[in-house]
Amino acid sequence: MQLPSTDSQKLNAVEAADAASLAIHTQDLAKRYGKTVALSGLTMSVRRSEVFGFLGPNGAGKTTAVKLLTGLALPSAGQGWVLGAPIGDLQTRRRLGYLPELFRYQGWMQASEVLSLHCELSRLPRSGWKTEIDGALELVGLADRAGDRVEGFSKGMQQRLGLGVALLGRPDLVLLDEPTSALDPVGRHDVREIIRELKARGTAVFLNSHLLSEVEQICDRIAVVDHGRVIATGTMDEILGRDGAVRVRVTGLDSSRRTELASYGRVDDEGEWLTFRGLRPERVPELVKALVTQGGRVYAVEPRQETLEDRFLQLLKEEEGR
Amino acid sequence: MNIPILTIARLTILEASRRRLLLALSVLTLVVIALTSWGFSRLPLMKNVTPAEVRLAASQLTILVAFMFSGVLALGSTLVAAPTVAGDIESGVALAILPRPVRRTEVLMGKWLGLAFLITLYAAASGLLELLGIWLATGYAPPNPIITLLFVAAEGIVLMSLALLLSTRLPPMTGGVIALVLFFVAWIGGIALAIGQVFNNDTIINIGIGSRLLIPTDGLWHGAIFNLEPADVLRLARAAGRARAGNPFLAEDPLPTAYLAWCVAWVIGVLGLANWSFLKRDL
Repeated sequence: MQLPSTDSQKLNAVEAADAASLAIHTQDLAKRYGKTVALSGLTMSVRRSEVFGFLGPNGAGKTTAVKLLTGLALPSAGQGWVLGAPIGDLQTRRRLGYLPELFRYQGWMQASEVLSLHCELSRLPRSGWKTEIDGALELVGLADRAGDRVEGFSKGMQQRLGLGVALLGRPDLVLLDEPTSALDPVGRHDVREIIRELKARGTAVFLNSHLLSEVEQICDRIAVVDHGRVIATGTMDEILGRDGAVRVRVTGLDSSRRTELASYGRVDDEGEWLTFRGLRPERVPELVKALVTQGGRVYAVEPRQETLEDRFLQLLKEEEGR
Repeated sequence: MNIPILTIARLTILEASRRRLLLALSVLTLVVIALTSWGFSRLPLMKNVTPAEVRLAASQLTILVAFMFSGVLALGSTLVAAPTVAGDIESGVALAILPRPVRRTEVLMGKWLGLAFLITLYAAASGLLELLGIWLATGYAPPNPIITLLFVAAEGIVLMSLALLLSTRLPPMTGGVIALVLFFVAWIGGIALAIGQVFNNDTIINIGIGSRLLIPTDGLWHGAIFNLEPADVLRLARAAGRARAGNPFLAEDPLPTAYLAWCVAWVIGVLGLANWSFLKRDL
């Protein structure tokens, strides 16, 4: 006899169906280590074939989230799906690539042997190993070091090797935890190019990074996490609120009339410099005229593009204020 | 065929080889075997010595040499097993391996299998070579050399399994020290048991039995000794009465089958606990 399903079971079935179409989906995922809350109620979705940036200050729970998604740590509460299967599912892990923040490989092995081991553990057909290994070494720029022992590698080279390991078998989802932390500017550029290639071939990339400029350049969508929960998520335009801002250097303004300028947007007053947020470009001449009418002497007018760093710091500040 | 347990076992053996552990052990062991065989060859050359006396001395010295090898194996097993999981976790190697489509149980059992193979290989190779050296030097061969070596290997496997369990939760150094302390406590417990039996003291006997059940290394060592003792030597020892009390190199009786079954159950239990502990471990 089949028992009638409860509401929560129905809800889970709906969530599971939604989750199947996503690369990652989490619902109130939480992790506690004793009394310390590392992650509190993480709810987010990563679509297939998108590059998703996961940002947050130190201790925000970024690496904990990645460890939960890869099955390295067990959640204290909540649910999560990776490529449509519950997190930790053995078969799904064949389609998953992961570069840990603390990347370390067997120092006593050659680079090609490390890759060969991961081909074997990933159950890739043996006939394809050579192509996979050669391709990975070429991609990360280690083709000429294939026969060298890993213990002789610099940190940057080990991170490159780790990236090669993560990309074996053309995974559907790649989780990269601070993938450029040990790389020089050339290496960082290479990683960005690799991520773009992954996106082009339909691989979803979950990028955990401190380097906001890097995230800004390559991510389709981002989530900002603080104190273990998402405080903002969306496309880069949605997060940055790219509705325009203008910075004006002006002197001689009558301070009592400054409130009249509120109609031109939210004003950040920094003395001689005023920043008008939310101002459309066609209204800039009108603003200058208003400033002059109020007795102001205008020295500079600069359109301002808000950076991810500005927005990131602002979001954290707002979060602290709550 | 791709079987993850065998992949990890092969990796464990390869690591021991690449880190020159096998080379160092092999060279040192061959030197020890050469030296002890030379020493044994001096026995028949002593003044006024009878063949029976050579046989008696050779049998007792063989037990001492076996003790040395079993000690090396036990300590070596602990030192290699204690960092095997904990070291991978501390270094970060485990973070790359475990998200692969491989169960934690397969990783743990693969490591156990690789280490068990190395222990058995060392016990067999070093033991057979040493016994061959003794036989060539004195003409003496113990009654059951193969069973002896199995007991010596089992002692190493028991201690390795314990160190592996501790390795799932404790740092390498801590796990190794705890396993070694328990090994020596069990040895002292075995001596206490022998004294208790000679003097019929139930309290000491119970303490000894308890330690032998808790850590079966000393029990297995006594299984090895018994199979190294010729019947006439055993008769002489029994005739010594209370003077034989507490001799850690004497085993008067074979190990009961029930105790052997307990040792097998002990290893299975410890491995079950190790798997459970590793499965529940957050990395």
